[in-house]
Amino acid sequence: MTQAPATDAVQKERSMILQKEMIADHYKQLEHVAETGRKVVYTFVPGNLNELIRCFDNLLPVHPEINALQNGMRKRTGKFILDAEKQGHSEDVCTYVKADIGMLRAGNIGPAGTKLPNPDLLLLSYTGCFTFMKWFELLREEYKAPVAMLHTPYQGDGTISDHMRNYMVKQLREEVIPKLEQISGQKFDIDKLREMLARSREAENDLVAVLESAKHRPSPIDAYFGGVYYIGPIFSAFRGTAGAVEYYRALREEVEARVAAGKGPITPDGELKEEKYRLVVEGPPNWTSFREFWKMFYDEGAVVVASSYSKVGGLYDQGFRHDPEHPLETLADYCFGCYTNLNLPSRVALLSKYVQEFHADAFLINSIKSCNSFSAGQLLILREVEERTGIAGGFIESDLVDPRYFSGANIKNRLESYFQMIMQKSKGAA
Amino acid sequence: MVLDELVDYCQRLYEDLDFRSVQAWKAAQPGRKAIGYMPIYVPREIIHATGMLPVGLMGGDMEIIRGDAYYQSYICHIPRSTIELGVSGRLDMLDGVIFPSICDVIRNLSGMWKLMFKDKYSKYLDLPQNFMPNVGGDFYVDELRSMAGDLQALSGVEVTNARLLESIRLYNRNRALVNALYDLRAAEPWRVPTVELYLLLRAGNVLPVEEHTELLQTYRALLDTAQRPQLDNSRIVLTGAFCEQPPLGLIRTIERAGCYIVEDDFVLGSRWIQGPVAETGDALANLVSAYLERSVANASVYIADKPKGESLVKACRHRCGEGVIFCAASFCDPALLDQPMLAHAVEAAGIPYTEFKYSENTGQFQVIKEQTGTFSDSLKLWGTT
Ligand code: SF4
Ligand code: SF4
Repeated sequence: MTQAPATDAVQKERSMILQKEMIADHYKQLEHVAETGRKVVYTFVPGNLNELIRCFDNLLPVHPEINALQNGMRKRTGKFILDAEKQGHSEDVCTYVKADIGMLRAGNIGPAGTKLPNPDLLLLSYTGCFTFMKWFELLREEYKAPVAMLHTPYQGDGTISDHMRNYMVKQLREEVIPKLEQISGQKFDIDKLREMLARSREAENDLVAVLESAKHRPSPIDAYFGGVYYIGPIFSAFRGTAGAVEYYRALREEVEARVAAGKGPITPDGELKEEKYRLVVEGPPNWTSFREFWKMFYDEGAVVVASSYSKVGGLYDQGFRHDPEHPLETLADYCFGCYTNLNLPSRVALLSKYVQEFHADAFLINSIKSCNSFSAGQLLILREVEERTGIAGGFIESDLVDPRYFSGANIKNRLESYFQMIMQKSKGAA
Repeated sequence: MVLDELVDYCQRLYEDLDFRSVQAWKAAQPGRKAIGYMPIYVPREIIHATGMLPVGLMGGDMEIIRGDAYYQSYICHIPRSTIELGVSGRLDMLDGVIFPSICDVIRNLSGMWKLMFKDKYSKYLDLPQNFMPNVGGDFYVDELRSMAGDLQALSGVEVTNARLLESIRLYNRNRALVNALYDLRAAEPWRVPTVELYLLLRAGNVLPVEEHTELLQTYRALLDTAQRPQLDNSRIVLTGAFCEQPPLGLIRTIERAGCYIVEDDFVLGSRWIQGPVAETGDALANLVSAYLERSVANASVYIADKPKGESLVKACRHRCGEGVIFCAASFCDPALLDQPMLAHAVEAAGIPYTEFKYSENTGQFQVIKEQTGTFSDSLKLWGTT
């Protein structure tokens, strides 16, 4: 779901360059699989098993959501979606799926401008959203590729039971690992997996330090718009790699330096000089007008200090770390813990906690037309968070990658009135 | 009872959004409890074995006063009518609700229920998507055991193996009668109008299974006394309506437009398990293996080893369907994401199809009437499978 291309921000920091290089190298490797003989595993972001894929050293992951969002940022998805709809895909369903199908039909040229290889395996780690299952059923029809299915039970009661964990471990042993072995032609090596998990943990510690930095005033980061860049490597093809460890160390150092210097976040128009509003945001961003959307916030001095979207690929800030001592169990726990696999009471509790711990003065929901997983129930979430925190929430609507559902003027108006209201409230309180 | 009276009775049950029959059932004996369940499939046998009444919740065509305030315009209708029923107090007679894993909307509704009705039992039932007995099967046994434990605590009645086997037996009998009616409708559709069959199925949502079984038997016997002319209708298979239900008027419109519906997925939970569940041995294990081995193909279930649409094509062949109507609720992700794959399969099999969407509160049927009428005419003129 995440991983945006490194921004052309005015201030290019080392972490940005590292990320850009990592991504470019990955696409290069994908471009050359025919020569290198490497195999390609398509898989999703929330609950991805990157360490497991990567411990077979001839496997390379591809994340269709990331292709969709990057194509969205490059304004290519409008046409892809229309093409998919012309071919019989409903206008009512998730636009990531249609953007992917449209891209495939248009020759599968990925966001890097090179042809993406077909999958040798569809690793359906199905976490927090039913659409994933349908999506890979559709891709199975298109590519005739085998599927390895990992069904992650939902935290319906807000807890993880032993029987849920056992189920996952058995699926990993009996379904996922054998298929990865078969595709790669290599034997699964649990020690290699442990090594990767140890590196994941290291990077996760640094990511958490970055996310926690937003508790400072001013916050040195924007945890939503900037956050999508920060979570990119760890939510996708790089968790468990040495590259990710290096990236997160560099990022942490940069952010800590900003804290020490009392600086605000970097935006595409430079450093934000005055932090007027501290927001918690629920829901994914819009990608087709990402810059325009972000600008509506920083122009008003609004900084997002915590967001649920930056937790779709794991709730590290709540204490989860990959554990090399229990390699399969930890993969299971990771999948259970992704944000959209939490039940609504847990989501409300988490968001309210963010408002309090990050000293936010505003709470905003960006409700995404495409995404029932996030959106169904958000109006109740809004009310519950308002009630628990005493903050009046804001609500806007857009879509991920369908430009038809991004009405810039409308959203801008709503945001401006919302910020005004927050300002008046805070003046009244002062 | 004559046929019309029986159908009227079912229609009254269908229209009664205050669930008076459930209230009456509870009032008839102190201490009785009722458990609601959302579509599609919940093993009602377990609820029954605790002496509680399973009550199927399927939204409804009603004025939405507060339900809309909980949902954005791009979310299907059934959760808002369910919330409406809840906040208006019409589900107060329920002692709990079970939300099976179908889609993200029902899944999230389970959490909303926990937030909104804190003093009531609410359970998200995760049905396995892995169908290996030692993997998905073991998980499902544990899920059911935990649900049975909850229901036991709520009712004060232990779910013994003997009680559960008895419930299985009763539901097997019920399913067999429903299936027999489906078979009869496919063989002689003029004798079993779908509107009637549908109302009968809906009655099964609110009546105790014993009573519903009797109703099915009576209906079957009364059919033999009814004289109904055979019309020159086309035979169609309808699919996509497994969760949010179309309004009755829509089903009637399709029939009046010249279509005999010979297979459908309305109220699918009542026919989810194909064939009887074993009536001896370990009852819970029997429910689990029936689910793993004999669930119907549906958009909410991962199909690992068969091509998509195979079962729809088979159903068409088996029921001598001449065409398919894809009839899904607006914004229904599972149905609408499935549809292109199913359409592809029926097309490859040379079966014509048409498609439209509905909402449970759709009030205008003219366009659908014209569309299905034209479809039916074209089937009669040009296309048979
Ligand atoms: S429905 Fe939401 S979570 Fe699911 S694939 Fe689409 S955008 Fe992602
Ligand atoms: S109608 Fe479809 S999307 Fe809506 S709750 Fe039912 S299955 Fe889910």
